[in-house]
Amino acid sequence: MIELLQSLLQWLPESLQVLAIILIKIVVILAPLLVAVAYLTYAERKIIGYMQIRIGPNRVGFFGHSLWGLGQPIADAVKLMFKEIVIPSGADKFLFIVAPMLSMGPALAAWAVIPFGDELILADVNASLLYVLALTSLGVYGVIIAGWASNSKYAFLGAMRSAAQIVSYEIAMGFALVGVLMAAGSINLGEIVQAQSGGFWTWFMVPLAPLFVIYFISGVAETNRAPFDVAEGESEIVAGFHVEYSGITFAVFFLAEYANMILVAMLTALMFMGGWLSPFQGLPVVGDTFLAAPSLIWLLAKASIFLFLFLWFRATFPRYRYDQIMRLGWKVFIPLTIVWLMVVGAVIMAGGIGPWLH
Amino acid sequence: MNLLRSFKSLFLLELLGGMRVTGRYLFKKKFTVQYPEERAPMSPRFRGHHALRRYANGEERCIACKLCEVICPAMAITIELAERDDGTRRTTRYDIDMTKCIYCGFCEEACPVDAIVETRVYEYVGEERGDLLMSKEKLLAMGDKHEQQIAADRAADAPYR
Repeated sequence: MIELLQSLLQWLPESLQVLAIILIKIVVILAPLLVAVAYLTYAERKIIGYMQIRIGPNRVGFFGHSLWGLGQPIADAVKLMFKEIVIPSGADKFLFIVAPMLSMGPALAAWAVIPFGDELILADVNASLLYVLALTSLGVYGVIIAGWASNSKYAFLGAMRSAAQIVSYEIAMGFALVGVLMAAGSINLGEIVQAQSGGFWTWFMVPLAPLFVIYFISGVAETNRAPFDVAEGESEIVAGFHVEYSGITFAVFFLAEYANMILVAMLTALMFMGGWLSPFQGLPVVGDTFLAAPSLIWLLAKASIFLFLFLWFRATFPRYRYDQIMRLGWKVFIPLTIVWLMVVGAVIMAGGIGPWLH
Repeated sequence: MNLLRSFKSLFLLELLGGMRVTGRYLFKKKFTVQYPEERAPMSPRFRGHHALRRYANGEERCIACKLCEVICPAMAITIELAERDDGTRRTTRYDIDMTKCIYCGFCEEACPVDAIVETRVYEYVGEERGDLLMSKEKLLAMGDKHEQQIAADRAADAPYR
């Protein structure tokens, strides 16, 4: 694949060839991602609708066929693109426009180090876990700046809530990741996945079960999704940080939120569910067939389980009160992760138990 | 007791219970009625657009007693009357302002001769100002058009009156 591209780009100067190949790789990662984001909004409306005994969007289709409403996300995107961007008179115009880009940028940039397979990766950085952690926490600046630049009380309240919430959950999330890197002995995502090979019982979700649950719940909180969506809180503060946004600026916030959801789902699959490793690996009969081969499909299937969980949570749980969010983050998750880190550390010192934590 | 609660919240038991409920509902039969193609069933007592009825011989029923005008809580009905050449009381004007009407059905109940009725017609629009101000002619035409349905509905409801 890469060789074919290189031969096609022979006419370019040496240095530009590398650049062109990287750009093509970026497009190959981001184009399906953006389509996935669009159809995640569709899936969300459809699944939540089904859970509320409705059928969700089913009218907009292609070429005169309604096709269960599959054209809906495209219609939404086109509509939002053509709507006016209203900038409030008291707003800081520059920051107001920059804020959505600031929340979109990190959400997409984090995908640079996500491995999709043994070789399928844009940038194989040694400290990719740290890079991801850094970029996901940068995303909150978009929210804070949006809230501040809007010059609206609701937006500002939403931004403040979001800031405090993300600071608290970052810690629990970080600790959960420390557990992963202790177990894997590496902070390279690819090596973390390799460290889980052996069978589904050696995936980190088994020995690190509490950290797995805490990581995913913190992930939900980090992406400002229900039941932790106090930053939006449509019933209390209208729409929180993006009340004043309209048109494509609003769409970009939306895109960033969903790209972050997919990112968190992907990371959970990579770090706790063995990434692209097959669940049939190491089993007696099917272990030798093609089913046991690692493949991108396994990774996507695992990520979609978590994406479904995101939507399921939203359909099920009422929003946490603000002080309950803080209590959960500081008084439950952080102590729990510290305790489990100690357990993991002790087990590693003792040389591991059974197939785990050697 | 407290220990049990801590155990429950630590293992997210209540939350999983909630997710089980929504998970079950995911596969339930959906209630949605796809409106223009499908319609919900309608009672013979449905209160939609008004109509003035006639007797079988073509004579209009309304005798201009003005009971409907009096009982109308929204004061949507305006009636003027005159004696006809054959000596009977008839309306010269019978207007219903559909923008005032609250579809309570009192006029229908008040009417001693079943002249003013509410039909099953509920999909109507006014494209110009005044389109929703119904005159006697429009109401009579409405009655002529839907007489069959109106009569069937009255017959179906008669045992309960």
